[in-house]
Amino acid sequence: MSSGEVKLIGAWASPFVMRPRVALNLKSVPYEFLQETFGSKSELLLKSNPVHKKIPVLLHADKPVCESNIIVEYIDETWSSSGPSILPSHPYDRAMARFWAAYIDEKWFGALRNFLKAEGEEEKKAVIAQMEEGNALLEKAFIDCSKGKPFFNGDNIGYLDISLGSFLAWLRVTELTASHKLLDEAKTPSLCKWAELFCNDPAVKPVMPETAKLAEFAKKIFAKPQA
Amino acid sequence: MADEVILLDFWPSMFGMRTRIALEEKNVKFDYREQDLWNKSPILLEMNPVHNKIPVLIHNGKPVCESLIQVEYIDEVWPGVNPLLPSDPYQRAQAKFWGDYIDKKVYASARLTWGAKGEEQEAGKKEFIEILKTLESKLGDKIYFGGETFGYVDIALIGFYSWFEAYEKFGNFSIEAECPKLIAWGKRCAERESVAKSLPDSEKIIKFVPELKKRFGIE
Repeated sequence: MSSGEVKLIGAWASPFVMRPRVALNLKSVPYEFLQETFGSKSELLLKSNPVHKKIPVLLHADKPVCESNIIVEYIDETWSSSGPSILPSHPYDRAMARFWAAYIDEKWFGALRNFLKAEGEEEKKAVIAQMEEGNALLEKAFIDCSKGKPFFNGDNIGYLDISLGSFLAWLRVTELTASHKLLDEAKTPSLCKWAELFCNDPAVKPVMPETAKLAEFAKKIFAKPQA
Repeated sequence: MADEVILLDFWPSMFGMRTRIALEEKNVKFDYREQDLWNKSPILLEMNPVHNKIPVLIHNGKPVCESLIQVEYIDEVWPGVNPLLPSDPYQRAQAKFWGDYIDKKVYASARLTWGAKGEEQEAGKKEFIEILKTLESKLGDKIYFGGETFGYVDIALIGFYSWFEAYEKFGNFSIEAECPKLIAWGKRCAERESVAKSLPDSEKIIKFVPELKKRFGIE
């Protein structure tokens, strides 16, 4: 079941792509990283994800799995005997992890993305308020899920850590651009501590984009055309 | 200790229908509590403080929110009867992919078939049919989306089937003409006891749409 070549179609800057990379690292699964060129989509990508045409796509023995959080669960189930468990074991904790992962993708990331696109002080202020509301919710979620341990998943990083942690590099770029701390030690002390630990995890470090490099990239893709 | 299962729901919700069906499939007794979405109850606000939405599944006092998450939870807590998700990881990933697709695509375009006018409505109808055709081609000649057994993807989509006649009436188009296999699938699922118990009559939905339009301030 776990045999067969593993390839991942993705891009270094994508937080969604980072998720399966961390998961594969946690399971010590070697894989070939097929980097897409920004601005174009390869034949392989279009063939492997005809419905959404998006990265990441995991190819396991040439069979595609799409959608980052779904890929992470697939990795956890397929290589279940290797490395720590990525999803919690109790059904209620699993439901909580999935709930917060969905919240992060739908609401929290939406606010972050709006910030990068926001024009004018008014709009930026509104989005910052939205983000801070979201962070407060996640701070409480962390306290509930971690139950005193260092990660959402307990002693080891897991599904929800990966889901939120994959956005940390983009969060840092946003903080730079805004000259405003979005993850504030005073307001969200647990999340700040967690973020530091997450970024230093050996499964995460090799695939977390460097803030400076990402900031350069962000400037390029969000550059407004000259009037 | 006997399980206490409460479902906070709203009868026309195609999302609530998913959870009802899953509980019925597992023969789990539950206390169905109808909610007024325009006057939200304290229990709803307390049990889903993040979204204030139905359905909310409350199991022994602890809330689970988001319908597909509830379906998966129900499958994991009551694994003995009628498995809803396949056991093979690859098949599970495929099922979740299509559940996610249904969540992302169906509601928004379906809503335009009755909630919009003119060009916007026409565009909505076109997109809705395209999405249904994608799902229909995924179904192929199988009995259910998962093959021989009724499961997760069927559950994710079947609630919308109770709204099909309403979409057709208010959108002035025929879904059967475009997606006959999907309609046949809907009829097959509707014969299943869990689905029959959980889906409202199409007539009731048709009567409900004008009321809903008024609530949303749509003419």
